[in-house]
Amino acid sequence: MNSVPAYQAVVIGASSGGLHALKKMLPAIPRDFPCPILIVQHISPVSENYLTVILDKVSQINIKEADEKEPILAGTAYVAPPDYHLLVEADKTLSFSVEDKVNYSRPSIDVLFQTAADAYNEHLVGILLTGANADGSEGMSYIKKRGGFTIVQDPADAESPVMPKTAIMQQEPDMILTLDGIIEQLLKPGFIFPEKKSHQ
Amino acid sequence: MIVTSIQNPDLDDDSLVENVELELLLQAVYLKYGYDFREYSRAHIKRRVLHYIANKRLPNISSLQHELLIEKKCFDELLQELSINVTEMFRGPGFYKSIREKVAGLLKTYPYIKIWHAGCSTGEEVYSMAILLKEEGLYDRTQIYATDFNPRVVKSAREATFPLKYIKEYTSNYQKSGGQESFSDYYRATNSSVIFDRSLTKNMVFAEHNLVTDRVFAEVNMIISRNVLIYFNRHLQNKVLSLFDESLSTGGFLGLGNKETISFSDIAPKYKIIDAREKIYKKSHE
Ligand SMILES: C[S@@+](CC[C@H](N)C(=O)[O-])C[C@H]1O[C@@H](n2cnc3c(N)ncnc32)[C@H](O)[C@@H]1O
Repeated sequence: MNSVPAYQAVVIGASSGGLHALKKMLPAIPRDFPCPILIVQHISPVSENYLTVILDKVSQINIKEADEKEPILAGTAYVAPPDYHLLVEADKTLSFSVEDKVNYSRPSIDVLFQTAADAYNEHLVGILLTGANADGSEGMSYIKKRGGFTIVQDPADAESPVMPKTAIMQQEPDMILTLDGIIEQLLKPGFIFPEKKSHQ
Repeated sequence: MIVTSIQNPDLDDDSLVENVELELLLQAVYLKYGYDFREYSRAHIKRRVLHYIANKRLPNISSLQHELLIEKKCFDELLQELSINVTEMFRGPGFYKSIREKVAGLLKTYPYIKIWHAGCSTGEEVYSMAILLKEEGLYDRTQIYATDFNPRVVKSAREATFPLKYIKEYTSNYQKSGGQESFSDYYRATNSSVIFDRSLTKNMVFAEHNLVTDRVFAEVNMIISRNVLIYFNRHLQNKVLSLFDESLSTGGFLGLGNKETISFSDIAPKYKIIDAREKIYKKSHE
């Protein structure tokens, strides 16, 4: 049974302070990371794709701005473009919407998390990082409801504690960790990576 | 029936049931009202339907179905929920700038220009284009068809009236799009709204038209359809792009939203890219 990985995708939501956090976290992810990563970082609607460019420069995995109806592949991180909501379809492709802001945000973390939870069910890991608003809390609860795994950044470790705090108040996550702790957890054998096999 | 798409072996029972309920609801909407959402991006439709039933305090999607079938009003409400009408004037100013710089000159060689705005929502995009054409000296020989499948927004678009509170943002978009005139010359402001000038509306025709179920109604020289295709799955995108192709005369222009593309469609080989970033294409041959 150990051939089927427990988790098939990781979603990450971040707001203010998120760029620093992501710049620390993503470079630590090795190229052979067996899951795709989907990211919503709140960002000004008129910003170019600089977020993706900066992150890609410092990371080993491929980091790109999400494309419309693009298939989601392991070892790649997809970043929501400015001014679009990013959604996951049941067939594991990405889609967009320009509907009203959710929690004053477009892209919204809740929109990504809820649709990803519907597509991946219990095979999803949700990570909520630093931020100064309430986006992501609903999405984290929804991931839990669908049987997924949730990690919230320790508010004491976050540049802006409000977002992680709000999420923790709404629904107790599976883990509350510092950024370093989150990285360690993501790399732990038996979590996203398969259990280390003893070579015969 | 598109059943395969919902038979995902990984699904836990709740979400499988929900997906079945949603499939049945869309089937019911199609059979009763003729609106076909079955090939829309399902994640989007599901979010909106769940949002609607949460507002109505219904326990699940199935419990909506009966009311939906017997109450037209209920469907009208759901249609508002499913049709995302968010729009602005000169949205993505770079698009209009590119039309000014790369397309207007070519349109000037036409004796008469027909333009179709497909999925025009409340019309902001249509009035923006009219302003641009006026400034380029083209509007007097242009006929604009502006269509949407949501009767409410079509009606509102016809009224040429927009909330005053956005006008600052629109003025800034207008300037970024290369507009050189005084934007306020184009409208009359009241307490809470602005009403655009009759000289802009005179060559516009607004109509209800459903891109999924209706046919081509005219041959046109330019089609603008921005942020509409993103709501369709690939198969439906391809179908609607073929409809656009059927309507476009050779040498005509197609403008899409900046996340949309023709590259995966059957029509791609016939089109030349005019602006890769702003998604402006030219039909180079039949
Ligand atoms: C997000 S708005 C885009 C408005 C405008 N084109 C813009 O870019 O600002 C999408 C519009 O497409 C319309 N729409 C969706 N499905 C449609 C269909 N099948 N036929 C015609 N219009 C449709 C919606 O009613 C909505 O007004």
